[in-house]
Amino acid sequence: MSAVTSSALRPLLSPALMATLKGLGILAAIALAIVLLVHSGAMPKGSIGHKVLAAPFIDMWDLPDLLVQTLWEGLVAGVLYALIALGFVLIFKASGVFNFAQGIMVVFSALTLVGSYEIMTQRMGLPPGTVVAILALMIAIATMFVLAWLVERIVLRPLVNQNEIIMLMATVGLTYFLIGFGEYIFGGNPKVMITAQLGLPVGQTQFNILGGRVNIQHLDVAAAVIASIMIAGLAFFFQYTRIGRALRAVADSHKAALSVGISLNQIWVIVWFTAGVVALVTGIMWGARSDVSFALEIIALKALPVLILGGFTSVPGAIVGGLIIGIGEKMGEGYWGPLFGGGIETWLAYVIALGFLLFRPQGLFGEKIIERI
Amino acid sequence: MFYRETGQFKTNYTDDMAIFPIRQDRIGIAIILAIALILPFVVSEFVLKTILLPFLALSVAVIGLNILTGYTGLISLGSAGFMGVGAYACYKLTTIFPEVNIIIWIFASGFFAAAVGVFFGLPSLRIKGLYLAVATLAAQFFLQWAFVRIPWLFNYNPSGAIEVPLRTLFGMPITGPTAELEVKYLICLGFVIGMTWLASNLVHGRIGRSWMAVRDMDIAAELMGIKLLNAKLLAFAVSSFFCGVSGALFVFLYLGGAEAGTEFAIRLSFLILFAVIIGGTGSMIGSFFGTAFIVALPTILKFGAPAIGIAITGATAEKIVLMIIGALTIYLLIVEPHGLARLWQIMKQKLRVWPFPY
Repeated sequence: MSAVTSSALRPLLSPALMATLKGLGILAAIALAIVLLVHSGAMPKGSIGHKVLAAPFIDMWDLPDLLVQTLWEGLVAGVLYALIALGFVLIFKASGVFNFAQGIMVVFSALTLVGSYEIMTQRMGLPPGTVVAILALMIAIATMFVLAWLVERIVLRPLVNQNEIIMLMATVGLTYFLIGFGEYIFGGNPKVMITAQLGLPVGQTQFNILGGRVNIQHLDVAAAVIASIMIAGLAFFFQYTRIGRALRAVADSHKAALSVGISLNQIWVIVWFTAGVVALVTGIMWGARSDVSFALEIIALKALPVLILGGFTSVPGAIVGGLIIGIGEKMGEGYWGPLFGGGIETWLAYVIALGFLLFRPQGLFGEKIIERI
Repeated sequence: MFYRETGQFKTNYTDDMAIFPIRQDRIGIAIILAIALILPFVVSEFVLKTILLPFLALSVAVIGLNILTGYTGLISLGSAGFMGVGAYACYKLTTIFPEVNIIIWIFASGFFAAAVGVFFGLPSLRIKGLYLAVATLAAQFFLQWAFVRIPWLFNYNPSGAIEVPLRTLFGMPITGPTAELEVKYLICLGFVIGMTWLASNLVHGRIGRSWMAVRDMDIAAELMGIKLLNAKLLAFAVSSFFCGVSGALFVFLYLGGAEAGTEFAIRLSFLILFAVIIGGTGSMIGSFFGTAFIVALPTILKFGAPAIGIAITGATAEKIVLMIIGALTIYLLIVEPHGLARLWQIMKQKLRVWPFPY
């Protein structure tokens, strides 16, 4: 077939764009239907339908500053979810391991950072400040490297080529071990992240827009910026460096990578270490927003619905999925939460993901190797 | 020498299909049952309360998860959530219909857990892969939230907890504050025996074989005419059913009242999964070994270690328990995927050839 005919045969819009347009069309139709229902009086104020379908949107329209605030908070939470999911995708692509321990690595790395800072300032008498904080950061990074090496050596290597369910159970075991180990070394009490010592901005700025005030924490801005730099850096690392190319080769095919002389064991250490560093960054950001404690582990598990949304093997998917989950969650909690008595944040992400499983199981960007039964 | 089937001839098909075809096995199980029956009257109240009752209640859930993980090759991280469903279903049923015996309601609460399980499992079981893990995680968090935020579930108690009412069997109190520990134990034991019998018959029959076929190679199973979705969904429903019954037992007979938001948290789900792995995936007796290990280890470390002179505080013991269980899980996955049940098999094999090496 010549190039001319193939280009002539190509549809005017690409299938992906068509699907997006179709989705938008359906959304618009639903919105129109709601508006018609409200105006025709079929859904009187105070009825269940009105409360669920119309009132939240009217609230959004009436108080745009609150909407902006909610969106911003969702965006920041989403960036952090995206970071956790990113660490997960890295490991899944390179070693095919469904790494349940990514969440606990976030907590563990943050605890190492804060814990070693505490030990150095309080027990060894070093002056508190940026220098010691940087030293603690180095210790945390080194710890993540040692952890990656040990995991590869002790867990992954003997289990190579095992069933994926065995690998998952092994990482659940690792999670449990790290919880116990972390609590044993650093104690179970929540710790305060050394935000100012690390040179991260604190404080907040208020913007007067849209007839109201919007609070923006400086830390959140820093989190978003650092996360973006990190993602860009990782993309560059994967695209242009020798190790990055090896990583992509391993992700494509273990056997082919082995046959051209790439050491799988080495790659796994590097990937787990990279995931560990991503976890550390996430831990710092999240720890600064709340406390550093094992309660973070529950939040970190939200990376799993993010992955269902974005697809297990896609880095852009992890980012977009993280943003969708973060924003969806905050919007849901803010506008629909009161209908359910609040606290729906704990499960909304998972339910969104389950809904997604019904209609697009491979995720937004995942490879289409989903096998239905 | 002691454990040898030589000379035991089977003359009809019924004998051949017996659950315990070897005489020594029958004697052994009879001895174990006899010990289980007299145990509550010999051991101290402390052992009964902190080890035996939770062991019995949890072993039902571990069997349930073993059906799912060990026999069907799926993984669930929401077992504790389904246990909670069982507990609350039982509580609601017995407060709405107090005249029906509690034993029936404990059993019936399993069906509610199974229904909730099917609801959450359906979207993910259509797809191959580990999606069920995420779906059950969704169930876990949603259910935990529901137990705290829906006051109808705990009858609007100001404490937000289940308060187990007094229920009797033949005039004897079996649940509630006045029930004797021994009575609770025996009721629990009855449930465990019944549920084990049920599970054992399921996994040894046609249904169990279809589950194992799905686990070992799904394409081959499909070619043999097993409907994958049905088999997986049934396994998940049965597993949730067991979890539900276990949850009802856990609250009504062991705890005697619980705030399920904290009791049925995700760590309990993990513990049940570890019990399955440590005991041995795909083994009934392994489920009991695993549960015994999980239940006894914290108590032994907390109270046994100081007794032999190792200074250890309760808080430290808890952390060490987490580490031991996590490390042992990984170790067993690498070295002995059949867990403690495999040791049991090796022991039987040794007994069979003793005193000769082979």
